[in-house]
Amino acid sequence: MPDDDAIRCDACPVLCYIKPGRLGACDRYGNRDGQLVRVDPHVVLDRALARGASVVPFLEREQEWDGNIVGAPKAFVTAIGAGTTYPDYKPAPFIISSEVEGVDMVTVVTEGIFSYCGVKVKIDTDRHLGPECNLVRAQGEAVGHVTTGEYGSQMLSLGGVRHLTGGSRREGTVTCDTLLNLCNGKAVELKVDEGAAVVVQAGKPPIIDDVLEERMRVGCGSATIGMFAKQWYGKVDEVVVVDDHITGVLSEHQAGKLLGVPETGIKIKGRRSTPGRYFQVAEPGTAWGGTNIEDPLAILQPFKAKIAWPGLRLLMVSTTGEHHAYFELDEKLRPVSKDLPATLGESVARIKENCEPALCTVLFMGGAGGSLRAGVTENPVRLTHSVRDALTRVTCGGAPVYIWPGGGITFMVDVSRMPENAFGYVPTPALVAPIEFTLRLQDYADLGGYMDHVRALASIMPEEGHRHVSARPDNPWPLFPAKTPESQS
Amino acid sequence: MRERAEIRLLPDGRRLYLQDGPIDVTLEAFGTTSEISSAYDAATRRFVSVLDELCGELSILRQPLTADSRQPAGTVAKRMARAVAPYAARTFITPMAAVAGAVAEEILAAMTGAAHLERAYVNDGGDIALHLEPGQQFVVGMIDRPDRASLFGTAVLEAIEPVRGIATSGWRGRSFSLGIADAVTVLADQAAMADAAATIIANAVDLPEHPNVFRVRARDVAPDNDLGDHLVTQGVGDLTAQEIGTALDGGETLARTLLTEGLIRAAALHLRGQTRIVGFPLHSNTLGNHAGDRSLVHA
Repeated sequence: MPDDDAIRCDACPVLCYIKPGRLGACDRYGNRDGQLVRVDPHVVLDRALARGASVVPFLEREQEWDGNIVGAPKAFVTAIGAGTTYPDYKPAPFIISSEVEGVDMVTVVTEGIFSYCGVKVKIDTDRHLGPECNLVRAQGEAVGHVTTGEYGSQMLSLGGVRHLTGGSRREGTVTCDTLLNLCNGKAVELKVDEGAAVVVQAGKPPIIDDVLEERMRVGCGSATIGMFAKQWYGKVDEVVVVDDHITGVLSEHQAGKLLGVPETGIKIKGRRSTPGRYFQVAEPGTAWGGTNIEDPLAILQPFKAKIAWPGLRLLMVSTTGEHHAYFELDEKLRPVSKDLPATLGESVARIKENCEPALCTVLFMGGAGGSLRAGVTENPVRLTHSVRDALTRVTCGGAPVYIWPGGGITFMVDVSRMPENAFGYVPTPALVAPIEFTLRLQDYADLGGYMDHVRALASIMPEEGHRHVSARPDNPWPLFPAKTPESQS
Repeated sequence: MRERAEIRLLPDGRRLYLQDGPIDVTLEAFGTTSEISSAYDAATRRFVSVLDELCGELSILRQPLTADSRQPAGTVAKRMARAVAPYAARTFITPMAAVAGAVAEEILAAMTGAAHLERAYVNDGGDIALHLEPGQQFVVGMIDRPDRASLFGTAVLEAIEPVRGIATSGWRGRSFSLGIADAVTVLADQAAMADAAATIIANAVDLPEHPNVFRVRARDVAPDNDLGDHLVTQGVGDLTAQEIGTALDGGETLARTLLTEGLIRAAALHLRGQTRIVGFPLHSNTLGNHAGDRSLVHA
């Protein structure tokens, strides 16, 4: 009967076979990566019973939480008000026996969902990940697309309601899984149609076609010329900074002209933009400067015989200093590869030094436009207005969020500022993300809040039954009032 | 690593909490101090062997019972078999569909057999067995949002009425469901009856073949589950109001049939903010009132 990957739980005589990522009949023991672990949502329930109060849907998982924060181990986050359920399991049922509103007994089945959401991923790289608008796939399913190229970075847009619910069931499930892992700081392998395979993990360098990207470009090819022209002057006759976007040429560039660098007769393939700046010198790729070329001479045409001279010294380098080559022209004005002179080696090293570490950054974007607001107030639009008026602060797992202007409450948050495993999912598929609305009690009353359900913090924060983590010093404390009504005028 | 059953009085000093394996029971008795004490002793004595008894017959309790099959021997198992028997001919059901209600009944029977109580309840994970002396009553409430603990319905149960069992079933609960109901709460004469009925009514709240309902074979999730190859609901996506209505129609039709047959006394069916009430007593007027804005926390 048992599957190969199921384990048998011997915690009680039921002896459940439990599949990976699942719980036994008791909801207390689960199979995590082949290990029988106690997960114990009912401990929380028990304490809620003991208090005769409602249940806070927040599972205690001390062993799950190792105190580690993506990107900054010492940092900390408040979990006050953050409701998450353990991501790998079906949310626990909430069954309450208590006295509520003079009632002796209560039964309940529930869960919370977040289904309009996605992530924006910034990947620091010059390498070409794939054409703009092309699909980004995970496990073969379309989970997003390549969007704009930014300064030293490529942006991906993943998730969104169309991938979550608009495609096949598997597309939705894989999208949800991808978003969940990215948001929880785990590595995800993505493949761009007609492009590269990228391993993305928040706060970590990208791995592109099995190559770890160590550095972000110091600037575009033209900017690199501007920054280093003085250091090259006198040590070399010509420098080409190879860049898929804007390749720079020292002798033609304004910086070279100002220094009095003489013409060299160099001829670059591609489209000249302004002096010393060339677009489209090659096809995009994952080699030199984000182009597809392995041999930098491929972007050169023969030197102009009337201007160039035998012995002319030529440095070619990429925008990160990762690729570099040195040539001297022979009698027929053909570039011949030579060892890089030590003086030029320094300048190449300097380019590397000035590059920041390449990282992947992941912003979760979600919309709290629907009935989630109804859980806060009987008059949901007032919550939106209150957020707009800055009377209500929105945080995500205690981390600050950026609220998009315009309608609804659509926000973005840097997942690396949130606690690890702050996100969960439901198989709908949709993500479960924490969101907190913080405001003054009087304001809450004014916007039609459920005043009869407001309870003192002390009454819901006993030592146990909650996951306590410290607040990150670089996150604003969520309870500081954003703005008071008096200060509005 | 067999754990001992956990038995303790909750900090309010009134309710007793019992846990063993997957069984979670909270109970409370009302009466004189000495009678309550006797009742709690009886509940505890009965409780400690319940799980072992059930597990001894688990293989037959996980099969649909037929006239030919070996009948279970344990008292709890017999309660389960009796509760599901009326449904055996019309649908797939195993005695496990009534296990929680049957355990609640059994513990309550031990208590009332040992002590004179004015009233008592035994709540086994939401499936509840009740004892009411003449003139006594219980107020029963249901919520669909634990974080707010606000009721979408209440009902007063009087001793004069026959209801002694309450059960709730839905795909989000601990047990698998073949349907898509968020919650179906049933009042019946006994807890095991209510449990079995809630299970099959929740199964009947369904939209077969609907693309937004995510189902998997039960055995793919829990290899030894009694539902085996049956498809169980793991997720429900967007549904139109009309679809929600269609799904509830299926459950309501079945609930009305069971009401006519006396298998249930009342049922409340809840799906995505829509509620259907079948046969509920007068005091249930709050039911359905705020149902519209109390669905999922759907962002």
